[in-house]
Formats: sequence, C-alpha cells, structure tokens
Amino acid sequence: MSKMYYRELYCGTPVRYWAGMALLGTIVAVALGAAFYMEHNGHWVTGMTNQVVWGLPHVFAIYLIVAASGALNVASIGSVFGGPMYKPLGRFSSLLAIGLLAGGLVVLLLDLGRPDRLIIAMTYYNFKSIFAWNIILYSGFFAIVGIYLWTMMDRKANRYYRTLGFAAFFWRLALTTGTGSIFGFLVAREAYDAAIMAPMFIIMSFSYGLAFFIITLIAAYIWGNRELGDLRLARLKNLLGVFVGAVLYFALAYHLTNLYVTQHHGIESFILLNGGVYTAMFWIGQILIGGIIPLFLIYSPAFDKARWAVVAASVMVLIGGFFQIYVIVIGGQAFPMSIFPGKEVLESSFYDGTVNAYAPSLPEMLLGIGGIAIAMTMVAVGARMFKVFPESLEDPGESA
Amino acid sequence: MSVKNDQPDMNRRKFVGATVAAAGAVVVAPGVLLHTVAGADPESQGASAKHRWGMLIDANKCAEGCSACVDACNSEHGLTSHGRPETDAQWIRTVKLKDLNTGHINRLVMMCQHCEHPPCVDVCPTGASFKRADGIVLVDRHTCIGCRYCMMACPYKARSFVHEDLKDQSVNAPRGKGCVEGCTMCVHRIDRGETMTACQEACHKDGHGAIVFGDLKDPDSEISQALKSQNSRQIRADLKLNTGVRYSNL
Repeated sequence: MSKMYYRELYCGTPVRYWAGMALLGTIVAVALGAAFYMEHNGHWVTGMTNQVVWGLPHVFAIYLIVAASGALNVASIGSVFGGPMYKPLGRFSSLLAIGLLAGGLVVLLLDLGRPDRLIIAMTYYNFKSIFAWNIILYSGFFAIVGIYLWTMMDRKANRYYRTLGFAAFFWRLALTTGTGSIFGFLVAREAYDAAIMAPMFIIMSFSYGLAFFIITLIAAYIWGNRELGDLRLARLKNLLGVFVGAVLYFALAYHLTNLYVTQHHGIESFILLNGGVYTAMFWIGQILIGGIIPLFLIYSPAFDKARWAVVAASVMVLIGGFFQIYVIVIGGQAFPMSIFPGKEVLESSFYDGTVNAYAPSLPEMLLGIGGIAIAMTMVAVGARMFKVFPESLEDPGESA
Repeated sequence: MSVKNDQPDMNRRKFVGATVAAAGAVVVAPGVLLHTVAGADPESQGASAKHRWGMLIDANKCAEGCSACVDACNSEHGLTSHGRPETDAQWIRTVKLKDLNTGHINRLVMMCQHCEHPPCVDVCPTGASFKRADGIVLVDRHTCIGCRYCMMACPYKARSFVHEDLKDQSVNAPRGKGCVEGCTMCVHRIDRGETMTACQEACHKDGHGAIVFGDLKDPDSEISQALKSQNSRQIRADLKLNTGVRYSNL
C-alpha cells in the first residue's frame, strides 16, 4: 500500500471554508441566545415541567454523547483490532469523538437549572451517583482521546499508540455504560430500571457514532475536494449494517423482557400500541426509518455501488436514533409513575396517574441543534489546524 | 560582639517564630470564639440520630374538598402559584384514589416520604440531596446544580423544580431559581424545638387530625403509639426504602 499522507483541511477557496464556519457560528450564536433566554426567564418558558423534567435538550445531549463514544470506534478498530483499512481514519475518528462529546456536554450544561455552578459539579462528588461518575468519565474521555490523537499524529509518541488505543477503547465502553446506567439505575420509572440499558446504549453508540462518522467524512471530503474510495466506504457501510441490526435486536430483547413481566404491560402498551406520538415515533421513527429502511439500503444489491444510499442510510440511522432516545427519555417520563399500584387516581393537583404532556419549545430545539453545530465547528477547526485527514482515501491499488 | 561564623542567628529565628505564632493566634482566635458561641445556640446543634422524624397520615380522616394542609404549607414556605400548575412548586398535594378491584375511595396527602434509603440522595451528583441524621431529606440550595436527576429518581414525585424568578420569599425556607426543592418536614420548626409541622397544625385546627407528626424513635411519642396500635403501610413498600411517612386506612 502506498504511504499515507495527512494534510490540514483546506477547501478549494478560502470563502468555501469560512462560509461554512460562518454558518456554524451563526447556529451556535443562536443556540447560546436560546440558552440565555431560558436561563434568564427560568424553565417555565420551555416545554419542561415538574412531570417531564428532562426535555429536548437532554435528548440532544444524550444523543450526542452516545454518538461521541461510538465515533471513536473507527479508531479503535484500527488500533485495537488491527484493521488496516480503518487505521488512516483513526485521527478523524478521535477528533469527531471529542467534538461530539463537547457538543453534547454544552447542551447538557446549558440546560441545568444552575449552569453557573459548573465548578460545584466538578468539585463536589457523590460517588454513589452515576452522574458524578459520568462527569469523571467525560473529562477523562477528553484527556485520553486527546493523548490518543497525539500518539497518532506525533511520530515520537507513536510507540504509545497501541496502549492508548486500548485505554481509549475501554474508557469509551465505560463512558457509554455510565450513560446507559443513568436510566438503568432508576427504580422509580417503569420504562427504565433495566440492566439492559447499559449494553443497549453501547450498541446504540456504535450505530449512531458510525453514521455520524460516515456523513461527516463524506462531507469533509467533498468540502476539501479530496478523493474517497468506494472500497473503504463499503467497509464502513457493511459495519453500519451490523450495528443497525444489533440495535434492533436490543430493542427487541428489551421489549420482550418487559412484555413477560405483567407489571410492565402498562408501559409496553403505551410505547408499542396506544402512546400516540410515542408509539408513532417508536414504529415509524426508530424501527422503520432508523432500522428497516437503512438495512434495506445497506444490504440490497441494487444499491451496491450507490454512494447516495450510504449517505441516506446513515442519515436515517441518525434520525431513527434521535427518535429512539426521544422515546426513551420523554416517553419514559410521559407514562405515569406507578405510585399507587392497584388504584386509580381520581383527583390530583400534580398530574398523578395521567399521561404527562410535553411539547418541546423552540429555544430547546435551537439549543439542541446548537450542540450539533458546536461539534461540527470543533471538527472543522481541528481538521484545519491538525493533520487529521489523509490527503487521499482512494482505494489501495487505484493509484498504482 | 559579632561572631563570624555560619551559625544561624537564633534570636532572629525566635523572633520570626513568635511573630508567626502571635499572628496565627490573632487570626484563629475569633473563629474559635465565634464557633463556640454559635455552638451554644440550640438551632445550630445539628441533627441528632437519636430522633427519626416521621408522619402518619390517616386516609380515612383526610376530608373531601379540604386543602388546609396544602395552603398552610404554601404560606409557611412562601410557595406562590404563577397560575401554571405544570411548573408551580408543590411540596404537598392531595390525591383521591379508587381501588380498581373493590371501588373503595380514599383521599390522602403526598409529599416527600423522607426515606431511610432515599433514591434522590443516591443519584445526586454533587451531594446536594442529603439526609440529615434525624432522617429528614433535604436539598442544599448552595450545591444543587439543577440537573433534576433526583426528580427522575424519586418514586413519589415529591420534588419540584423552581421554574421562575422568586419574589417575597419566606424566611422559613430560602429557595432558589433553578434548584430542586421539596417538603422539608418543617425543619425550621423542628430545629427551633417545635413539635408540629405546618400541615399537621392546619389539619388539626380544622378538626380532621389526619396528620400525626413525631419522633419514630421515641417509643412514647404519639406517632410511635399510633403505629404500634394500628395497621399502617408505606407507599411503594416494594422498593424497601423505609419511608418516614406512613399511611393508615389506605
């Protein structure tokens, strides 16, 4: 194989790069404005209430954090599992992982009741709280992946490359376990409190992270007018297919387990049958758009050579993933808590026993989209400053 | 007389030592004094594990249409409605229940159940949710970051998030926009040595007597006697949280 050269991301014209940055910057500025508006007025201006306490910002934040650890997978395959086709993509994989995590954390932070107390979150730890562990896991992720990236880029540090590769891989598994456990450890709500949440979030991260990776990789190579070979893309596509199938399998296992337990029939019929918008999001969003159609696009011989099919499948995986997290986070809260088993609530001033309404507000949406823009800005700036992208990713043998 | 050798000047060393000691004493002494004075005040004695405060709520006595306890709690703690029931803080609420099998109808009040093993305390990342030695579960408004994980974890929906700016706060319960809060079991009263919570007082005054508050660890207290003589239950007893609030006739 010919030697791989990496180069900073320069677009055809400076305008092309800076126009992209200006667009991202505008989205970020709007998001910060939305966050300020929500914090200034208080959370009553959002769709969140005392019943649905985590709203759209959490969906975006969890989505990005889960995708971040998954985006690192390509680098892990290159270093931990020794895949030569994946190794040149390792640098970008790490950069994207850092960017996505930063984007998610900004959204999470700006939705806190007291974001000004970040320093308290960083200095007061309750080690029984999975949230506190996550703060450590997230900070550690930045550090480890940052050093990992360095070992890939600096020849002098290259001897630590494999060690760091292993460290980063185990750390990302721990991180997603932590994210899934946020829900897995909640005994109060029937939709959560399941150990399967942790591995399910890991497999979700594989899928969303790779989809993000494919889309941003293709976009960057179009942006920078560089060559991207079909063979490498086909590898990524096939891998995405495996992950999408695995996500469907975990969804099936989760719901089958719940269906077996009579106590959980209420929440299951809510999500699967009569939950209105949540049922639609589950079947149409998560299963059809996020699972079945992408699988068809990936495995049908008709689209074997079609690059648009890879892009479409990845975009659909991301849309379906968003709905999946929405159903978990919001759907799980919308379903009434079983405070009085065996009783029907006739009257309550606090919405006991009723399905809780939640309508996301525009500022929440803008904040969440801003998180994606922050991730993309970091990737664009990082790719411009460091030699992250191979000059050419044409298939081996083509250039010979 | 001057000695020409490299022996250190011990006088200077003593002088520096004495100065540092004196300065240290001046700095520390007022703090020690204040601490001693403050410790003498009964309100700052701190909670004692010799008590466990609890409540017994008699679902048969909770009267239809009555909201005396809710109103009393609101005025005691300065909880004002903004006409937005979804986001307004509610520390105590009335709930009317019907048994699905028998059709029997009950009414009761729900609030923080002051669990022995509170899930809100487990999940709180900063330790702002905490349980006092006397069993009262509280939120430290100085370290709450407003993440609402405790609200996700509480099986009783006992907590509220402050969704807006606050005005005219009560001295009894300092609150904070962007923080989570809930029933304090009128901790300000307990720390003053009083024996009735605001809700119990109001319920008693209206002649219902549905709420009994007291020390679960004192075998002679009214609540201990009542719990001993009649059947009571914890809500969501299956979670084994050992709640401080118990219900009879439910």
